[in-house]
Amino acid sequence: MAPPMEGSSHLQPSENVVLDLAADQSWGERNRAAWRDVCDGLAQWRLVWTLAWLDIRLKYRGSVLGPFWLTLSTGAMVAAMGILYAVLFRLELRDYIPYLGLSLVLWGFVGALVSDACGAFTTNQGMIRSVRMPFTLYAARIVVRNLIILGHNAVVVVVANLVLWTWPPAGVAWLALPGMVLWLAVSLSLALLLGALCARLHDIPPIVANVMQMAFFLSAVIWKPEQLDDRQWMLALNPFFCLLEVVRGPLFGTPPSLLVVGCALGYSAVLFAITWLVFVRVRGRIAFWL
Amino acid sequence: MTSSIDVEGLSLSFPLYHGNARSLKKTVLSTVTGRMAADNRNRVVVEALRDVNLALRPGDRLALVGGNGAGKTTLLRAMAGIYEPVAGRVRVQGSLNALVDPHLGMNPELTGRENIMLRGMYLGLDKKAIEGLAEDVAAFAELTDFLDLPVRIYSSGMIVRLGFALATSVQPQVLLMDEWFLAGDAGFMEKARVRLENLVRGVEILVLSSHATDVVLQWCTRALWMDQGRVRADGPPAEVLSAYLGHPVQLSEWAQQRMATTGSDPGEAG
Repeated sequence: MAPPMEGSSHLQPSENVVLDLAADQSWGERNRAAWRDVCDGLAQWRLVWTLAWLDIRLKYRGSVLGPFWLTLSTGAMVAAMGILYAVLFRLELRDYIPYLGLSLVLWGFVGALVSDACGAFTTNQGMIRSVRMPFTLYAARIVVRNLIILGHNAVVVVVANLVLWTWPPAGVAWLALPGMVLWLAVSLSLALLLGALCARLHDIPPIVANVMQMAFFLSAVIWKPEQLDDRQWMLALNPFFCLLEVVRGPLFGTPPSLLVVGCALGYSAVLFAITWLVFVRVRGRIAFWL
Repeated sequence: MTSSIDVEGLSLSFPLYHGNARSLKKTVLSTVTGRMAADNRNRVVVEALRDVNLALRPGDRLALVGGNGAGKTTLLRAMAGIYEPVAGRVRVQGSLNALVDPHLGMNPELTGRENIMLRGMYLGLDKKAIEGLAEDVAAFAELTDFLDLPVRIYSSGMIVRLGFALATSVQPQVLLMDEWFLAGDAGFMEKARVRLENLVRGVEILVLSSHATDVVLQWCTRALWMDQGRVRADGPPAEVLSAYLGHPVQLSEWAQQRMATTGSDPGEAG
């Protein structure tokens, strides 16, 4: 490598790059390229974290409460909806509000993640067209950004439980951790899949928005599964419900049934498979679509 | 590791999904009905590069010349791995820096320091190197007190200096540079020129897309004339430029004087 010139303090890039790109790759080569993209993207976790934080700080720069505006608006929503639906459904307020708070906070993550995922690549087109970076980096940025927001909103759940003095049994809460790990994998997968599909087909974002609207009402977010009585098994058909329940259940003190856990794992596996097939196939084409 | 660039039979084409041709409806219909399928296969495609071959080794300084839309920037991007080949192969060895977009990743809402830090992270530098980068860039761009203020409030001159300093702060083995970089040539400070020449002298392989005769003749050892995505001519800069421009070319008096007085000739030092 050439030594730095006199009078200049040029930095050397940290590593050597060997780029070998060819058309008509075999399926195995494409698989390896996609796998390298995922590994390289996750290896840049420091950059992902910084970008995600900057996204949030930029949005709230100059505001006094900053990201806690999110907390406040979620809190107001929980209080208003909680009281309204407790009256409408004739539910016990002390039981319903903590449940609704937890559900809305978790659903807030799901909804925002899915809608952000549609713009995973289109919103970064300037970057994608000027420097080669793993596409996983842009997907991971969305996951981490929404995770930080979820952290802020979690305050609402704590406050609701404090005010009403209703703490769920602590014994099963740790079961939410494996659920959370599953969520992270599913989130990254969704961001890659929807990001790629939405870059190619501009009709996908409105479709996704409609699906999410329906899913909100069908996934037992604002009502309780028990209200379905002996038709509760039908909820297992809803992937959103199963995935929501693996995190919400333990946190509310009602661990999900084996059926729900099994379905959540099954739906995730299907999603991973579809994402992988799509990503392996279109990764090299995304830059052309932007 | 020695650096190299090998491009073999490279073709790139951009599908044009104009209007609702890009919609889901067409895609679904096209797989269902025969007529639309024919429509789909006949979709409009812009052939940006067609069968480009080229090999570069350390010491090579290549100029890409040609009119607008000839495929110069696309070829740079393909060599940077941004566009993957539709046909053929691209192989690049060695650390690479592509200066294609003047505002690469610069966010006007972030402060100068934050922008520098982000760029450092994109380049994969460690914490210490990023501090060095911030110092180097701030000193060159003469930002002083503005370093911790949002780039949004910078004067246009400050933004140009910051962008230039950032782009030229890393010494790669392979440098791919688009002509925007030389755009403000006349008004550009002598200081910026010296810095750019230092950078160019230090790289092993340079690929430069440019219209500026002086720069091509001074810096480059080889020129490639691109025309509608094809290589029309490949050879010594003076010959290729003459063929492209349709008249004999030589260094302007200004450039000759400058070379005589400063001895600055990045093309020879590589």
